Amino acid sequence: MSEALNRRGFLGLAGGLGLAAIAGCGSGGDQPAAQPQQGGRLRAVFAGGGAKEVLDPHVQSLFVDIARHKALYEKLVELGPDLKPVPRLAEKWEPDAQAATWRFTLRDVTWHNGKSLTTDDVLYSLARMADPSAPDRVAQSSLASLDLKRCRAVDKRTVELTLTAPNAEFPALLAGIGTQIVPDGFKDPTKPIGTGAFTFVSFEAGRSMVAKRYADYWDGAARIEELHLLSAEAEARANAVQGGQAEYANDMTATFARTAEAGRTVKIVAAKGSTMQSFVMKTDQAPFDNPDVRMAFKLLVDRQRLVDVVLAGRGVVGNDLFGKGYQYYPDGLPQRERNLDEAKALLKKAGLVNKEIEIFTADASAGFVEAATLLAEQAGEAGVKLKVTTGSSQTYQKDLLTKGAIGSHRSGAMPIPQYITDRLLSKSPFNATHWRRPAFDAAFASAQVLTDEAARAAKYGELQKTVRDEGGILAWGHPDYLIAVSSKVQGVEAVPPNTLDQGRFDKVWLA
Amino acid sequence: MRAYAAQRAALAVLQLAVLSVLVFVLTSLLPGDAADMRFTETLTPEQVASLRAQLGLDQPAIERFGHWVGNVLSGDLGTSLISGGPVLDIVKASVGATLVLTVATLAVVVPVAVALGILMGTRENGRLDRTVTSITLALSAIPDFVIAVVLVAVFSLKLGWLPATWVGGDLLASPVLLVLPVGVLLGRTVCLLSRQVRAGTINALHADYVVQARRLGVPRRRLLLRHVLPNAAVPGVQELARTGDTLLGGVLVVEAIFAIPGFATALVDGVETRDLPVVQGLTLVLAVAALLINLGADLVCNRLVPRSELLR
Repeated sequence: MSEALNRRGFLGLAGGLGLAAIAGCGSGGDQPAAQPQQGGRLRAVFAGGGAKEVLDPHVQSLFVDIARHKALYEKLVELGPDLKPVPRLAEKWEPDAQAATWRFTLRDVTWHNGKSLTTDDVLYSLARMADPSAPDRVAQSSLASLDLKRCRAVDKRTVELTLTAPNAEFPALLAGIGTQIVPDGFKDPTKPIGTGAFTFVSFEAGRSMVAKRYADYWDGAARIEELHLLSAEAEARANAVQGGQAEYANDMTATFARTAEAGRTVKIVAAKGSTMQSFVMKTDQAPFDNPDVRMAFKLLVDRQRLVDVVLAGRGVVGNDLFGKGYQYYPDGLPQRERNLDEAKALLKKAGLVNKEIEIFTADASAGFVEAATLLAEQAGEAGVKLKVTTGSSQTYQKDLLTKGAIGSHRSGAMPIPQYITDRLLSKSPFNATHWRRPAFDAAFASAQVLTDEAARAAKYGELQKTVRDEGGILAWGHPDYLIAVSSKVQGVEAVPPNTLDQGRFDKVWLA
Repeated sequence: MRAYAAQRAALAVLQLAVLSVLVFVLTSLLPGDAADMRFTETLTPEQVASLRAQLGLDQPAIERFGHWVGNVLSGDLGTSLISGGPVLDIVKASVGATLVLTVATLAVVVPVAVALGILMGTRENGRLDRTVTSITLALSAIPDFVIAVVLVAVFSLKLGWLPATWVGGDLLASPVLLVLPVGVLLGRTVCLLSRQVRAGTINALHADYVVQARRLGVPRRRLLLRHVLPNAAVPGVQELARTGDTLLGGVLVVEAIFAIPGFATALVDGVETRDLPVVQGLTLVLAVAALLINLGADLVCNRLVPRSELLR
């Protein structure tokens, strides 16, 4: 399961959708890639978080934090371009027959202070992430099934991690947000010592981090000498990369991509369809407690038009499912098409024609309000009145769980089993569709312990089909994840956010 | 004069107290709290709840306010709910950029506006006066962000002469960073100020004592400097103090567009993350500064034209 193979697999899939040309642009550009060059300073700008930005790798939540911690620290496992776990500090792993106890073999790696990575570091890091007295450590819930008391070092390079409940997806959990390995006894996050490709120089929350190349990095020392990770809002990011004050700008808008592509100084690296834009219908609330109504909405929506208008064409249509292009995504399902007649018939049967429904949205994510407005227009064509209510953007994530029978939603990149765990089980913390089915929970639990990958994939596929046909997720589109780089930057991969190669700068070089 | 200053100081303390209560009430009315803002699908509701308890946000508002007032009176602005560090650090870190920006702007605005104002005033209704008036009027009608976008598009992106943002920049190493932000801030303030100076100049020129002095053959230069300017400056200085808020509004926009890590940026961040101690700390500092500026302006006017005291 080499990383390169995965990447080829991902691009191959994109190619199957007729997108290879665009996706390929990112990795190579128009000309064949030049020979990697050594040296130089790379300045990369991310959306800033002001005082919210942290140096503590276990508290991160912003892309800028993730990139910063990726430069300094590493995880045991990372996610490949298809969100499948790939080895990092753990060079391999093996479960027992029940997938309840896992043995991870550590790579021979040194910390920035010269010491070697040991099993103690790993055990200390896991305990630090799980510390209940620090509720802002983000991996707490995803690693809740880890039975820390029974985790132990087998020898210097092997660590045995035991779970309270079997889980064949455990390696992916170790690749989640906020799971970086820190040295044993790590207390002061303001003095970062990691194993990453860059060593710490300075940090100012909301402004910048400066780091230097770590010559002894195990995965091949970085080509650039100095890395500056900077924070700025969208407008300033665009200006900085165009004005030559930065060589890399993360998370750009489709509008910017269009203007940038007209010029020559900046090129756009687009990871096709790497996140999900959807409407979520609460399956326990009228009128969406009626499966006919949910299906009617899935049928009345004009997905292509939403993609064209809201995403400015930079994305692919959704099929009411999360995780297009990821491991375990059921590829064989037919694309849901608009069918107004059928939608109207279902709505008539449900007695919804000419009734008014409220859609809850907010300016919390690019395109939310526009998409809701457009949906209202399309619902009108099917005879339902949708009234758009705009809430507070800052509390939207929280409000969505309780307010409105239908709302706007987007989801970042994460492995499909994690998505199900977080959002589609009865006890999921972010279950915006209120999809609560004991049978579904049980089927997922039994699938998650299958150590045979093909068997697991088949089970997951069935569960996803159920969600697609009966659930409350109306996934209309998968926006591209857009990065702008100066034309002299090479080696930036077109991969979804939250994966190993996103916001990674040790393989990048300046031509 | 001393009684006047004491009276003003008492008023200022009262104003600060009212402002503190207002800011606290208004920010408390915003939806969600600092713990909720962490609910970005990385922390579960349970984690958010225990975070809220840890931050003391589950305590009654009145208790939190009392605690804050107690802190402030003992000279402590409290602790940021987001970074966990002292609010004073955030104030210190952000005040520099804003101060540099404001001082640099004023250093350009004052001479330019005064010169323009006198020039226009002494040529009342002449061609120059009419031209400058229409230009400044037109300029002051354009929102700051439009000016900023145009300046950036032309001077940074098109011509490549000036840096487009402060991103990654170091002011000490490249003071050229100031040019565009100050350029944007100049627009409106120069317009407002020069028009006040012009009006003041015209008023002074028409005043009986100037007419009389002219009749007595006082040289024009001396007339302008000794008799007209001090009187013309009064509305100017008052306007300058008042431009405080215009300038602050502009600074907010300018800081956002040029990614300047200043006061406005910190304030917006604080509001967005519901970091109430930071918002309160910053507004308090800002309020004190505004009060001092206004007090200063009044005292200066008083000094320039002592008789204006009689008007109060």
